[in-house]
Amino acid sequence: MSDTRTATQVPAWRVALAAVGKSAPVFLVLLILIAWITYLNPRFIEPSFFLNFLRRSAPLMILAAGQLFVVVSGGFDLSQGSLVTLTVLAGALLAFGDPANTWWVILVLYGIGLLVGVFNGAVTSYLRVPSFITTLGMLLTLKGLALLITGGAPRGALPPNFRAFGRAFIEDVPLLGRLPWAVIVLFVLSALFVYLFHYTVLGKQALAIGDNQRAAALAGIHVPRVRITAFVMSSLSAVTAGIMLGGFSGVSINVGDGLELEAISAVVLGGAALLGGRGNMPAALAGALTLQALFTLLNFLGLPSPIRVTVQGAIIIGAVGYAAWRAVRAGQERGA
Amino acid sequence: MSAITAPTGRRARRWRVPIIWWLLLATFLIAWLLVSLYGRGNFVATSTLLNIVERATALGIVAVGQTFAILVGSLDLSVAYLISVTAVMASFIMQGDPSRVPLALAVVTAIGLTVGLLNGLLVTKARINPLIATLGMGLILRGLLNASFQNFAGSVPESFQVLAYGSVGPVPVPLLLFAAVVAAGALVLARTRFGAHIYAVGGDRATARLSGIRSDRIVIGAHMVASFAAVITGLYLASRLRSGAPWIGPDGVYDLESIAAVVVGGTVLAGGRGGVLGTIAGVLIFAILDVMFNQLGIGSYTKQVLRGLIIIAAVAIYAYRSREVVG
Repeated sequence: MSDTRTATQVPAWRVALAAVGKSAPVFLVLLILIAWITYLNPRFIEPSFFLNFLRRSAPLMILAAGQLFVVVSGGFDLSQGSLVTLTVLAGALLAFGDPANTWWVILVLYGIGLLVGVFNGAVTSYLRVPSFITTLGMLLTLKGLALLITGGAPRGALPPNFRAFGRAFIEDVPLLGRLPWAVIVLFVLSALFVYLFHYTVLGKQALAIGDNQRAAALAGIHVPRVRITAFVMSSLSAVTAGIMLGGFSGVSINVGDGLELEAISAVVLGGAALLGGRGNMPAALAGALTLQALFTLLNFLGLPSPIRVTVQGAIIIGAVGYAAWRAVRAGQERGA
Repeated sequence: MSAITAPTGRRARRWRVPIIWWLLLATFLIAWLLVSLYGRGNFVATSTLLNIVERATALGIVAVGQTFAILVGSLDLSVAYLISVTAVMASFIMQGDPSRVPLALAVVTAIGLTVGLLNGLLVTKARINPLIATLGMGLILRGLLNASFQNFAGSVPESFQVLAYGSVGPVPVPLLLFAAVVAAGALVLARTRFGAHIYAVGGDRATARLSGIRSDRIVIGAHMVASFAAVITGLYLASRLRSGAPWIGPDGVYDLESIAAVVVGGTVLAGGRGGVLGTIAGVLIFAILDVMFNQLGIGSYTKQVLRGLIIIAAVAIYAYRSREVVG
């Protein structure tokens, strides 16, 4: 990967910028989609509307950021969606609507996320179970666990200060109007994710493992540790997304269904190569935003919701096909 | 491992029983013991055994097809919705009229083979990762299906329900169907050129191509087999439910569960090693556990938790023995 090779001479921010440039298509697509939505509904780019759009995109963007760590290291995390469901259901059950409980409940939820990530990473690394199977098993287990502790229907409630992360606003911000908490959280976390992925050794080691695990190990990388860290990043992001989704869509038993595949799609739209070795954080975040913009556009176009699913499928295939075609044209062997 | 599962290893199989069969035997004995001690009903009764096979039939048939896709180093996530499309289209076309059965069969077979062909083309010619290609195909099918049908559509005639409820002498037709699909799958893999090429392409696509195998065609063929197996499962489910509904495929989680069964059965996710018989052992293990949990009175949610952990544990046993680096 050329961006890791040149890392020693060029400042890191230029490396990040170059990486963004290389995966420009996703940003272009995002701009086109936003322009199209704005054409249909000019109020879309008014600050309050656009901030609301970002708020709705925040959970998927955070999921995609976490998923990226796993994908570039050559794995999948299919358990994200179930972990979101477990977070929401367990959160409601533990807090039971009492604001005094919020903080320790959030701590417990992150603790669960940490355990799930360590388990996924350790089983994949030490027992050599393909991550697809490990996290698929985890998907079933976590969903079953969520249903088991609640008895199959949502019980309890999320207290208002818990839900604030998803639904509260800061009123009367100059220029912007109502500023959602979720957007602030999103920006802080995005900055953190970009920092972790592009400015620390973690991102580079994850990329190296995904590119060639054996070479990475010979170069002195502690492969299991990096892989476990990647899965932990993914799980913690799922807990975060769960807390947000619990905030604005409330408690339901299928809140997380299918989110893992949306996150993987977002990461791939952002130019990451499945099976590892390529990917960058701004593009993955943009990929998630693009997917959300696409949903919004299809909504504005008034298509019946089943057709939206079909279009989504066609666009994911098209985007990845385009990336693969570009890769072939550029003379690389690795498809997207 | 490879000596057991490679197509040339038929002789070796006589000497070493693949570990999955030991696992199957152990599962059966443990289930028998637990049900005898704590459960209700007799575990080795004919009715229980038939119940196990009946539960295994739908998943088993689609898993045989999935084995082909995984053996060439691909996989198919679109089978769940293809099952739904098949069941709904078949019962919609039949409308309870026996004379329309051949037409329905022709249409759903054509749809299935087309989907398989498209999956194969996307994976080979467009070089799209199979996970994304078949996921996208599944979404396309799901959207088209849900846009057209919201509920049970049409019905299948009495004569077609024989597929699920009939019996030849003492043997139920589903068991025969299941056995026929397994035999056909095993025979194709072990005795035909196509089967040998599947192992070659799955083992190393570049080497296979350099040896003169048109690997793209083999991958496309394997995807068409996977889709065709999903069509058979769809027809079986339509026959059993007496009609087709859009949710029967995704509700059975046939996409992920069939992949899990294949991998539990010892087929390597990266392709090239494994086979249909292992897959069937995997499917039977799932079915035995299902029946055991029922007879022990374990709730469906606990069942799901245990099933997830069992999938991980079963694959771990394999992966640990094969000492290979996996992703």
